[in-house]
Amino acid sequence: MKVSDLIEKLGLTVFAGSGSVSNEISGGYVSDLLSDVMGKAREGEVWITLQNHLNVIAVASLKDLSAIVLVNGITPSPDVVEKANQEGIPVLGTTEPAFSITGKIYRLIK
Amino acid sequence: MVKLRYEIEGGNFDLAGGASSQVKKVLKQLNIDPVLIKKIVVAMYEGEVNIVAHAYKGQIEVQIFPDRVEMKLTDEGPGIPDVEAAMKEGFSTASQRVREMGFGAGMGLPNMKKNTDELRIETEVGKGTTLIMTKYLAYE
Ligand SMILES: Nc1ncnc2c1ncn2[C@@H]1O[C@H](COP(=O)(O)OP(=O)(O)OP(=O)(O)O)[C@@H](O)[C@H]1O
Ligand SMILES: [Mg+2]
Repeated sequence: MKVSDLIEKLGLTVFAGSGSVSNEISGGYVSDLLSDVMGKAREGEVWITLQNHLNVIAVASLKDLSAIVLVNGITPSPDVVEKANQEGIPVLGTTEPAFSITGKIYRLIK
Repeated sequence: MVKLRYEIEGGNFDLAGGASSQVKKVLKQLNIDPVLIKKIVVAMYEGEVNIVAHAYKGQIEVQIFPDRVEMKLTDEGPGIPDVEAAMKEGFSTASQRVREMGFGAGMGLPNMKKNTDELRIETEVGKGTTLIMTKYLAYE
């Protein structure tokens, strides 16, 4: 499954990185702790989080994650959007909380 | 041998990870095994962020040899009073501001240990910390 399929099936907002939505999704990781994601997330995973600052993009890029999904209606700031576009990291959004969006993503990709 | 050097500014989280990102690009260009690149980058990022989060300023020196990558992170900062405690997963003295950003899980040093072959810490309270990490390229 590609990031673009996820966007379409779940009606996610695309805040940034629209040029990279053909990224293939290998799984998902849910965490708001950056070192936890650094240590445990794997290449190609979608990262579901409420963290919304430049380091989130840095972590996603260093770990080659396929996309970031911001929960609870969180909107990224312009500097985050700009960096995500530079790095080619799709930043997506949903008004749903982490629990329900994770459940939906899990059903789609498993 | 390739030698890279970066200056790191304490407290500036906007730039944190920039040096690690540069090193990742160089390692890729050198055709180093992607599995090893990932580990090196995780270890370096954690060290870079620790300088930003816990010290005043620092330098990172990366030397890429045919058989290994060596990272030396030196900072001027408070030092680490109890290295053994700091190495434990979950130990953190990160400020509230830093925690709100999702740092301060106390997983950085354990991540560095897990992802490198050698980790040496020299630290002096009130002065600063030097961390030397080595990753061998022939293994795994
Ligand atoms: N360069 C440093 N200078 C001073 N203290 C440090 C330094 N690096 C680590 N420490 C101390 O060791 C503790 C543990 O570091 P570690 O990287 O494991 O966790 P953290 O930085 O607190 O949180 P995380 O890395 O999970 O975001 C820190 O909270 C800090 O007290
Ligand atoms: Mg740390």
